[in-house]
Formats: sequence, structure tokens, C-alpha cells
Amino acid sequence: MITSSNVLIKVSGLCKSFGDLEVLKGIDAEIYKGDVMVVIGASGSGKSTFLRCLNLLEEPTGGTITFEGVNITDRSVDINKHRQKMGMVFQQFNLFPHKTVLQNMTLGPIKLLKQSKKEAEANAMRLLERVGLSDKAYAYPSQLSGGQKQRVAIVRALAMNPDVMLFDEPTSALDPEMVGEVLEVMKQLAREGMTMVVVTHEMGFAREVGTDIVFVDEGVIVEQGRPEEFFTNPKNPRLKDFLSKVL
Amino acid sequence: MQFLQPILAAASSAAPATDNFWEGLWKSFEKTFIYQDRWRFFLNGLLATLRIAFFAALLGVLVGFLVASVRSTHDMRLTGKKCRSFGDVVLKILNVLCNIYITIIRGTPAVIQVMIMYFIIFANSRNKELAAVLSFGINSGAYVAEIVRSGIMSIDKGQFEASRSLGFNYGSTMIHIILPQAFKNILPALGNEFIVLIKETSVAAYVGIAELTYVGNLIRSRTYEAFFPLIAVALIYLAIVMLFTFLLKKLERRLRNSDH
Ligand SMILES: Nc1ncnc2c1ncn2[C@@H]1O[C@H](COP(=O)(O)OP(=O)(O)O)[C@@H](O)[C@H]1O
Ligand SMILES: [Mg+2]
Repeated sequence: MITSSNVLIKVSGLCKSFGDLEVLKGIDAEIYKGDVMVVIGASGSGKSTFLRCLNLLEEPTGGTITFEGVNITDRSVDINKHRQKMGMVFQQFNLFPHKTVLQNMTLGPIKLLKQSKKEAEANAMRLLERVGLSDKAYAYPSQLSGGQKQRVAIVRALAMNPDVMLFDEPTSALDPEMVGEVLEVMKQLAREGMTMVVVTHEMGFAREVGTDIVFVDEGVIVEQGRPEEFFTNPKNPRLKDFLSKVL
Repeated sequence: MQFLQPILAAASSAAPATDNFWEGLWKSFEKTFIYQDRWRFFLNGLLATLRIAFFAALLGVLVGFLVASVRSTHDMRLTGKKCRSFGDVVLKILNVLCNIYITIIRGTPAVIQVMIMYFIIFANSRNKELAAVLSFGINSGAYVAEIVRSGIMSIDKGQFEASRSLGFNYGSTMIHIILPQAFKNILPALGNEFIVLIKETSVAAYVGIAELTYVGNLIRSRTYEAFFPLIAVALIYLAIVMLFTFLLKKLERRLRNSDH
């Protein structure tokens, strides 16, 4: 059972090594329903690895991850069931190029959630409308701009009706003029109460919608707090140094 | 005029009594194709070749996809990792077997493989064609497996991850996301493999299976005419390959157009 009903994801002593390379060295974190956790840190510090461990795209080498009361690091758990509830958005969009926007969005709901085609398409169209892309429903990914691709990737994940959304630097591969449109969608999502874990270098976004800011350095969380405190009064010298470079 | 040499030879050998070139040529043609309805031999040989190639290709694609699945699954799940479940151990063993299979098939001549199949494994069976289908199918499977595997490996890892993150399991990810994209990439190589296979079935003549090459050679030995039987056989192979190439190009174009 869930000990505290508001904890959606509980990470305890999470470790991850690639061969001899120790990337995560014991991470503890709790993500509450409606939280927008923003993960920041230097390149190569293990942010993506942390995020990818949350839905077990990377298999942790130590520690546990409890999602909705279930220890998903237990090998007897059917991770596919739980991944349906954890949407993920990638830096490189990763849309399926051989499928239209609508097919990208309805494949999961039809095959996994057993929705009817009609139901799934109606739902997908509603989501596309929300991000201003209903005219692109029958386009292929290669016909979209980067910003459009990423908005489709977000609604593709949302079409599965997830309980949490994981974002791995969703705006880093975009031309500057397209960053805004994607951040706007994410802010909207946050305002609607979606639980989110976001790896990003967009400090404006972190300040505005973040509820919990986490600074990862050399595989551990060295500082964590609410945005006001975190950005105005950083304590860790590495964090001070990092912020002085990105702000 | 050098290219006429064999024709002249054919004409003169066919008709030593006459010095009429065209008459000799006709006699030779008649002996090869018309006398005793010999064209029927060629037709039957062609049909045998097509049957062997078709079923061997089916078998090759089946075996190839299975072997490629084992090899890519193994590479994706277990490279540099230890086996932690019974399934992992089975996968590891299957992968070793697949590697042995590919190594043996690619490391030995097709003609030896056919002979082993025919004289050893099928020693007590009358079904010569089945021996050829199995032999060429198993042979082709090894090459198809490597083609399919390279196709799977050519798909960006992000495709795999996006699909898994939606909740698709490994198999569904392969079927809905990876293989359709891989197939488009490997179609030219698969087509090429089929062309190689069609021509390679001629090796079956070596063990006396009555396919096209065997028939051509048989007629040659009966008529003491080399020119028409062998050129006819060559042209028939050429026609099959050209027709197939044409169809393949059409399919490729259609697949390309469906992707934007
Ligand atoms: N699949 C992998 N195999 C080996 N090393 C990896 C792999 N993924 C990440 N790493 C390494 O782990 C470290 C942390 O990577 P990552 O989590 O991507 O950092 P960040 O997202 O903070 O930039 C880096 O040194 C990276 O090279
Ligand atoms: Mg990263």
C-alpha cells in the first residue's frame, strides 16, 4: 500500500553504473502528485540516467523505485503496465516516421489500452487541438518543424492518459524560436495539475512552474528546494558556480 | 565477326553434310527444342527452378527473421551483462547456436551443402526437390539473418525507447515500430539475396535434380549441341532476374512514396 497517499514516485538509494562507470551514486527523492520536479546539473552529471531509471529504460544497479505503491525495480513486476502510466518526452522527439501524427498518437491507446479506433482518434484530435496542431493530424513527422514534432511527442504521451510525465531536455534540440511554443504547452500541463519530472536548462521555466528543484552533481543530489529559495539563496558551491554560468 | 564463332561451330557441327549456314542453325535449334518436344524439358526445368527458389526463399526469410530476432534480442538485452534468469540462459544458448549456424553456412560452399543434404541427410529419400529447397532455404536464411539484423540495428535507438516508454513490450515494439522501418531499409538487400538465390539453385544440377541448368546440360549431352541449350538456359535465368528486378524497383518506389 501507499504509505503517504500523495507520494507518486519514491526513489531510494538509486544507483546506476555502466560497467565501471558509476553514474548515479545513491539518489533519494520523493515526487508528490501535482509536483513539477525540475532536475538541473552539468552535462554528464547523470540527469538523463536518473530520469530514464524512473521508467526503467535504464535498469538501476541498486536501490528501489516505488511508483504508485509498487516497487517497479522488482524483476517480477510487469514494467510495461506501469510504463503506460509514465509518459516520456525525449530530446530527439522520437516520433515514429512511418506513421502519421494521428497514428503515432493512437497506436498505444488502441493496442495497449484497448480503445476503439474511433475513441482513440477522437481523443487524439482533442489533444491536437489543445496544442494547436489539429491541421497536422494526417501529416508525417518529417513534414513538421521541430517545435511541432515535440508538441506531437507530448500529446502522444498524453494520449495514454499517464499519471506522470517525464521530460528529458525537451527543448534542447529545438531552434531558439521554437522553444517557447513547447514550454508553453508544458506550462499549461503543469497548471492543469500534471505531475512532471523535467530535465532542462530552461531556468525561466524552472522558476515559473517548478515546485521542487533538484541539482544533480556527480551522481548525487547535492541541493534541493523550492524555486524561490533555491535560486535566490543557493548554498552548495558547485550549484553557485553552475547557476552563475546559466543564469 | 568473332562472336559468330560459336554459332558457326554449332551450325557446322549440326550439319556436316550441308554447307548452308542457316539450315545448319535451324537443324541445331530443332534438335535442341523441337525434336521429341524437348522444349518441354526446358519448361519443366524452369518450373522446378522457380519452385525451388520460391520455397527456399520463403524458408530463408522465415529462418532469417527468426535468427535475426534471436541475435538482436540477445545483443540488446545481454551484451556485456550477466544472465539473470532462465530466459536469459536460453537466449544465450540460442544465440550461440545461431552464430554457429551462420558461421558454418557462410563458411562452406553451397554446392557442398547441397551434396551433404542430398547424399547424406536425404540418402534414403526419393524427394530430391525437397532436399534442394531445404538446402537452399537454410543457406539463404543465414544471409537473410544478417541482412535483417543490420536493418534492425540501423533503426535509431530512440524509436525503440519511445515505443517501450509507451508501454509496448519488446515483441510489439519489433512488430509495430522497428521491423516496418527496417524492412524498408533492407528491401534492396533482400531482393539482391533472392536474385543470388535464384541463380544459386543451379548448383542443384550437380546432384542431378532436374532444374533448369540440369536440363540444359542434359540436352547438350544428348544432342552434342552446346550452343542452344546453354544460351537458352542463360537467357531464361536472365529474364527471371530482370523481371524480378523490375517488380522490386516498383515495390521500392511505392514504399518510398508512402513515407514522407
Ligand atoms: N548507455 C550508456 N552506456 C555507457 N555510459 C553511459 C550510457 N548512458 C550514459 N552514460 C554516461 O553516463 C554519464 C551520465 O550521462 P547522462 O545521464 O546522459 O548525463 P546528463 O543527462 O546529465 O548529461 C555520462 O558520462 C555518460 O557518458
Ligand atoms: Mg541528458
